[in-house]
Amino acid sequence: MDTVFGISYDGGGACICGLPVVVLATDQVNARSILMYQQNLDKIAQLSSHSAMGVSGPNCDLVNFSEYISKNLKLYELSNDGRKLSTHAQANFCRGELAKALRKGPFQVNVILGGYDDMNPRGGSLYVMDYLGSCTKAKYGAQGYASNFCLSIMDRDWGEGMDEDMAVKLVEKCIRELEMRFLINQKNFIIKVIDKGGMRTLKFGADPADN
Amino acid sequence: MARRYDSSTTTFSPEGRLHQVEYAIEAINNAGTSVGILAKNGVVMASEKKITSGLLAQARTSEKTYKLCAHATCSVAGLTADANILIDQARLRAARYYYQYQEPIPIENLVEHVCNYKQAYTQYGGLRPFGVAFLFAGYDEAHGFQLYQSDPSGNYSGWKATVIGANNQAGKSLLKTEYGVSRREEGGGDGDEMKTDDDDDADPSDAIEMPDVAEACRLAVKVLNKTMDGAAASAEKLELFTMTLDENGKCVHKILSREEAKAVIAEVDAETASAGDT
Repeated sequence: MDTVFGISYDGGGACICGLPVVVLATDQVNARSILMYQQNLDKIAQLSSHSAMGVSGPNCDLVNFSEYISKNLKLYELSNDGRKLSTHAQANFCRGELAKALRKGPFQVNVILGGYDDMNPRGGSLYVMDYLGSCTKAKYGAQGYASNFCLSIMDRDWGEGMDEDMAVKLVEKCIRELEMRFLINQKNFIIKVIDKGGMRTLKFGADPADN
Repeated sequence: MARRYDSSTTTFSPEGRLHQVEYAIEAINNAGTSVGILAKNGVVMASEKKITSGLLAQARTSEKTYKLCAHATCSVAGLTADANILIDQARLRAARYYYQYQEPIPIENLVEHVCNYKQAYTQYGGLRPFGVAFLFAGYDEAHGFQLYQSDPSGNYSGWKATVIGANNQAGKSLLKTEYGVSRREEGGGDGDEMKTDDDDDADPSDAIEMPDVAEACRLAVKVLNKTMDGAAASAEKLELFTMTLDENGKCVHKILSREEAKAVIAEVDAETASAGDT
């Protein structure tokens, strides 16, 4: 039911040297069955200073899984002299945990993980994975029912050399399409950007801290 | 009195020492020597093979140098049987790390794991410590080429050049005077401090100019010449290992063939002979 997007882009003024940067966006609905619990949930979990993942799935698995991954990555940092895993390694660790859980009551979560690396290869990257444990590096991705509406928009409008502004506009175009055509009411979306300076929240429909 | 505490490896003596662990470290000081040298473009390790009998069949593979994974190799001083257990552990760790993260293991992570394994045997009851010291040579993206040394107690340290095994003191003192000597002749640092500290920015030894791999090979042979007490190092008695990067940035592990080792030894002999003339 949830919507998760990720777009990586390169070029433009916001990112120096034309290195790819990543935008993640999710809806903010927390619902189960016919009941909506809240509309200001933040489904994008920060994993390290320069990485985050958008997670879709039942709230229990969503919270449990994103905390499990982010705390394990923090543990790695603490036990390795502050060295952070690359986005590639984080994605593979995450995938491995999904695959491990698959045979013993899986985490029902689909993930889009994005991050920015300082070295080899420098720049942002985006990984799309599902609860079955398949993982692929992508330029853009969408998960949930929303992918039915949004992947075609991204296919058409995504291009090399997009800047942050264009990437965010593309995300907003997808959101508008969902408002127009999607049966389920997703009033609020949260958009986060990961670049050289780390992760930052660009905008949200409702403040996740507001409870 | 001390004997009372010898039989139990994990009991402190009244002087606050662990005798079995100290004996294990001492045992290695009688083992075949291994020297490791960090170069500008690689790492060099050289080991002395103790020939026990002329009747013994020659080992087809290396006796002292073991590849752990695509980007790390270790050189052994001490009991080979004990070393095999630890090498298995190291290989397992490296492979598991790669399986989990799809990325090569950082060298220090690998070294630390092996050393934690060794340390356990100095603390938990009834078992003797491993009688092995290692030199680890490796490459990773974060810190480039690295050289580590470890001992039976589980301590490890990073070095630019070091020696383990018999006569390591003599070897180390030679390295102290010869490592990066070309730079020092031009009026560089004094080169007394060779250990690479964790806070490597402030390390005065950064002033030392590193040798290239060929130069490091020659220096390694020189050190073995010294530690082997006059019995000049021959190609049969030593194993020379180099680790470099190829043009694609992949690690190349190489144990020098007998002919190549002979050539290096000949170069060293020529060098020392001409040095004697002046």
